[in-house]
Amino acid sequence: MGYDPNNPMEGRITDLGPPHYSKFLPPVIKDNKGKWLYHEIVQPGVLVHVSETGAECYTVRAASARLISIELIREMCDIADAHCDGYLRFTTRNNVEFMVDSKDKVQPLLDDLKGRGNKFPVGGTGACVTNIVHTQGWVHCHTPATDASGPVKAVMDELFEYFGSMKLPAQVRIALACCLNMCGAVHASDIALLGVHRKPPMIDHERISGVCELPLAIAACPLGAIKPAKAEVNGEEVKSLKVNVDRCMFCGNCYTMCPAMPLADPDGDGIAILVGGKVSNAKSAPKFSKMVIPFLPNNTPRFPEVVSAVKNILEVYAKDAHKYERVGEWAERIGWEKFFEKCNIPFTDKCVDDYRLAYTTWRTTTQFKYTSATDAYTK
Amino acid sequence: MAKHDTPLLDQLESGPWPSFVSDLKRQAETKPECWDILGQLELSYKDKITHWKHGGIVGVFGYGGGIVGRYSDVPTQFPGVEHFHTVRVNQPASKYYSTENLRAICDLWEKYGSGMTNMHGSTGDLVLLGTRTENLEPFFWDLTHELKQDLGGSGSNLRTPSCCLGQSRCEWACYDTQEVCYHLTMHYQDEIHRPAFPYKFKFKFSGCPNDCVAAIARSDFALIGGWKDDIRIDQAAVKEYVAGNYPSNGGAHSGRDWGAFDIKKEVLDLCPTGCMWMEGDELKIDNAECNRCMHCINVMPRALRPGKEKGATVCVGAKAPILDGAQFATMIIPFVKVDKESEFQEVIDVIENIWDWWMEVGKNRERVGETMQRVGLPTFLSVMGVEPVAQHVTEPRSNPYVFWKEEEVEGGFERNVAEFRKKHAM
Ligand code: HEM
Ligand code: HEM
Ligand code: HEM
Ligand code: HEM
Ligand code: SF4
Ligand code: SF4
Ligand code: SF4
Ligand code: SF4
Repeated sequence: MGYDPNNPMEGRITDLGPPHYSKFLPPVIKDNKGKWLYHEIVQPGVLVHVSETGAECYTVRAASARLISIELIREMCDIADAHCDGYLRFTTRNNVEFMVDSKDKVQPLLDDLKGRGNKFPVGGTGACVTNIVHTQGWVHCHTPATDASGPVKAVMDELFEYFGSMKLPAQVRIALACCLNMCGAVHASDIALLGVHRKPPMIDHERISGVCELPLAIAACPLGAIKPAKAEVNGEEVKSLKVNVDRCMFCGNCYTMCPAMPLADPDGDGIAILVGGKVSNAKSAPKFSKMVIPFLPNNTPRFPEVVSAVKNILEVYAKDAHKYERVGEWAERIGWEKFFEKCNIPFTDKCVDDYRLAYTTWRTTTQFKYTSATDAYTK
Repeated sequence: MAKHDTPLLDQLESGPWPSFVSDLKRQAETKPECWDILGQLELSYKDKITHWKHGGIVGVFGYGGGIVGRYSDVPTQFPGVEHFHTVRVNQPASKYYSTENLRAICDLWEKYGSGMTNMHGSTGDLVLLGTRTENLEPFFWDLTHELKQDLGGSGSNLRTPSCCLGQSRCEWACYDTQEVCYHLTMHYQDEIHRPAFPYKFKFKFSGCPNDCVAAIARSDFALIGGWKDDIRIDQAAVKEYVAGNYPSNGGAHSGRDWGAFDIKKEVLDLCPTGCMWMEGDELKIDNAECNRCMHCINVMPRALRPGKEKGATVCVGAKAPILDGAQFATMIIPFVKVDKESEFQEVIDVIENIWDWWMEVGKNRERVGETMQRVGLPTFLSVMGVEPVAQHVTEPRSNPYVFWKEEEVEGGFERNVAEFRKKHAM
C-alpha cells in the first residue's frame, strides 16, 4: 500500500491536525503541568522549575542554527534518548531544550553536549543574547535582499560570549528578516536586521506580458508608482509598465506579483538596522523597532559591517543601561539623540520618517538634549 | 551530484556558533542533493543575489496551503535543487516531541526530501525544506497514513496556530495555552487547509503578559493570559529576597555584580503604576491600580504569583509593516474565561464574530488589522458587540471630528430650511 498516482483519491486522509501534545510531554512535565511554583536559572542555559509536589524539572537550553539536517536532529534524539527518556522540545527562538527530572542528571547531559564540538552551545537564558529569530534568505526565498543563515552565524559568532552568560542589563532579542515582508517579524526586536533593496525594479519588456497580469502588478504597488506604458521589443510595440522611480520605496511588492520586475542587485541590496523594539508587556508596553542605520552592504560571507554595528550597539547599551532596562527603554530614557551620540552612529535624513503618519515621530516640544550633533548651534 | 567548491561558505564553518554549512556538508554524505544546496548558495554569496525563482502553485490535492513552491534559476548547474519546495508540517503544541516521532519524521524526509529542515518556521510549523513536485503526494500519503500527522497552513487562510509552553513548564500561565491551541487547531482544520479568507489570519496563545510567542506583535487574534483578582504574595519569601537569599529575576542577572538586591529600587520604583509599598517588612500592593505588567512577578518569582481568577485578554489585528506600517494588536476584550469544560466557547464566539465580519467587508489581501484601521475602532467594537470603554484607548481623541449618527442626535438630521429662514434671514 502507499500512494497510487492512478487513483489519487483512494484512501486519502485529510484534516488530521497535529498530534496531541500530551503524547510528547516528558513524564515530569506531564505530572506537574499546572502545578509549577517557581523557576530559577541555576547557571546560564540551565533552568530549574519546582512544582508544588516537590518535583523538579531541569532544562538545558542549547542553540541550533534553525537550518538543520535530519542527521543533526537524529543526534539530538540520541542525546534525548540517553538522558531525557526520549523527549525534547524546541523554543520559539530556534533553541533546543533537553529536560531531566533530577539535578544529578544535569552534569552528564552538559558533558555530553560539550563533547560534541560547537554543535550544541548551552545558553540563551536570562539577561543574555539568545538565538536569532530569522527567515530564509538565499537558502530558499525568491525576494530576499540579503541572506539569513550566514549573517546570523556571523553575528552570533561575534556575540557568542553573551549567549552563554547573563551579564546584560536585560534580555536582548535580535531578529533578522531578509526583506521588507519581514516573515521573521523583526518589527519588535531589541536589535533587528532587515534586508533592504535600494534600486527600483527593472522591467523585462520581452517577458512581461507573458508572465504577468499588468493590472495586478500596477495594483500591487502601495505607492502607485507603476503606470502602464508601451515598449518596443524587436521593433514591435508591446504593452508593458514603467516605474516612477521617485515614488518607489523598494518594497518588492511588484516583484512578488510579477516576476518580470526584478529589483535585487548586488550593490543595491543590504541590511538596515532597527533597534529598541520589544514584544513583552513587562514594565513598559510593547514597542516597535526604530531605524538607526539605513544601510550596510552585503559583504559576504561574514558581513563584517553588520556584525560590528550590532556589537557596538550591544556593548554601549550593556555599559550604559540600568538593570532591567531593555534597549528601547534605555534609548527612551536617555533620548534618541543621546543614543546616536553614545553609539557614535551618524544620524541622517534616512532616519526621519517621511512615510505615512510620519508626523507622530517629529519632535514637537522644546525638550531635547544638546549633543555633539547640535554643536553647530551652540559652539 | 558532484561536490562544488565553496570557498566563501567554508568561511562560515569556523567560530563557536553552530555552523549550518558544516551541517549541510555532513548531510550531503548521505543526501547528495545537499551539495547542490551548497553550490547554489555559494553562487549567491558570490553574486550577492538569490537564485530562486517564483514558486508557482504546487500542493497536495484538496489543500490550498501547506506547501511553498520553489524552483532554481540555475537548474542545469544544480539539478539537485531544480525543484526545492517547502513542506510545512503542523507542529505539536509548544514544540515538544518524542524522539520516536522526530525520528519517524526524519526517516520520511530522508525518503522524500533533501534532508534539510527548519526547526521551526517563524509561524511555528516544522518546516521541511526542499523536495520535488512528484514527491509531494507520496510524502503526504505517508505523513497521514503512517505518522497520522498533517500539514500546516499557508496562503489566505488560518495559519498554523502556535502557543507558548504555558502550564506545561511555566508557573505564570493563566490558562492552558497548549490545550486551546490544540483544540482550536482541530476545530478549524478546514480553515487551515482551504483558503477562504481575504488574507492570512493567525492565532497565537501566550499564557501571561510576558508574551513569549509574541502574540501581540504577530497575530491577528492574540489571546494573552491574565488575572482579575490580587497578586498572590508569600511574605516569607519576600523577606528572603530582601535578605538576598533568593536571586532576583530567577537568577537572570547573575552574570554581573549589580550590588545587593534593593526591593525599593528594583521593584517598587520600577512598578509602572506605583502601586506597591513596604509596611515594615511586609510588601503591599494596591491591586486595583496594578496593570499586570509582570515586572514584580518576574523579579520575585518565589514571592509573587498571578492571582487565582485567571483568564485572558483578547487583542486583535497585529501585522508587519507592509504596507501602511506595523501594527500591534489592539486590546478588544479585557477578560474572557478560557474554559475547557465549555470547549472554549467564549473564545470561539469572539473568533467567529471577527471572521463573519471580516470575510464580508475585508478587501483582498487586507489583514484584519488593516480592515479595523479602515473602518475605525468604534465600528469594529460595535461589530464585536463590545461597549467602548476607556481601556480601549491610551488616551481620548484630540480632534473633535466625531461622526455622529443620525439616531444619536435629538430630532435627527432632517430639518426644514424654510422654518430656519423664518428666524434667520440671509
Ligand atoms: C520580560 C520578560 C520576558 C520576555 C520579554 C520574554 C521573552 C521570551 C522570549 C523572546 C522567548 C524565546 C526564548 C528562546 O527561545 O531563547 C521566551 C521563551 C520563554 N520564556 Fe519568556 N520572556 C520573559 C519572561 C519570562 C519569564 C519570567 C518566564 C518564566 C518564568 C518566561 C518563560 C519562558 C519560557 C518558558 C519560554 C520558552 C517558551 C516557548 O518556547 O514556548 N519568560 N520568552
Ligand atoms: C505581521 C508581522 C509581524 C509579526 C507577526 C511579528 C511577530 C513577531 C513575533 C512572533 C515575535 C516573537 C519572536 C519569537 O520570540 O519567536 C516577534 C518578535 C519580534 N518581531 Fe515581530 N513580527 C512581525 C513583524 C515584524 C516585523 C516587520 C518586524 C520587524 C521589522 C518584527 C520584529 C520582531 C522582532 C524583532 C521580534 C523579537 C522581539 C523580542 O524577542 O522581544 N516583527 N515578532
Ligand atoms: C506581505 C507580506 C509577506 C509576503 C509577501 C511573504 C512572503 C513569503 C514568502 C515568499 C515566503 C517563502 C519563503 C521561502 O522561500 O521559504 C514566506 C515564508 C514565510 N513567511 Fe512570509 N511573507 C509576508 C509576510 C509574513 C509575515 C508578516 C510573517 C509572520 C509574521 C510571515 C511568516 C512567514 C513564515 C513563518 C514563513 C516560513 C519561512 C520561515 O520561517 O523562514 N510572512 N513568506
Ligand atoms: C476645526 C477646528 C478649529 C476651528 C474651526 C477653530 C477656530 C478657532 C477660532 C475661530 C478661533 C478664534 C476665536 C476668537 O478669538 O474669535 C480659535 C482660537 C483658538 N484656537 Fe481654534 N479652532 C480649531 C481647532 C483648534 C485646535 C485643534 C486647537 C488646539 C489644539 C485650537 C486652539 C485654539 C487656540 C489656542 C485659540 C486661541 C484661543 C484664545 O483666545 O486663547 N483650535 N480657533
Ligand atoms: S522576509 Fe522576505 S525574503 Fe525573507 S523569507 Fe520572507 S518573503 Fe522571503
Ligand atoms: S518596489 Fe514597491 S514601491 Fe517600488 S514599484 Fe515595486 S511595488 Fe512600487
Ligand atoms: S508567555 Fe507567560 S505563561 Fe507563557 S511561557 Fe512566557 S512567561 Fe510563561
Ligand atoms: S504587576 Fe506591574 S503594575 Fe502590577 S504591582 Fe507588579 S510591577 Fe506593579
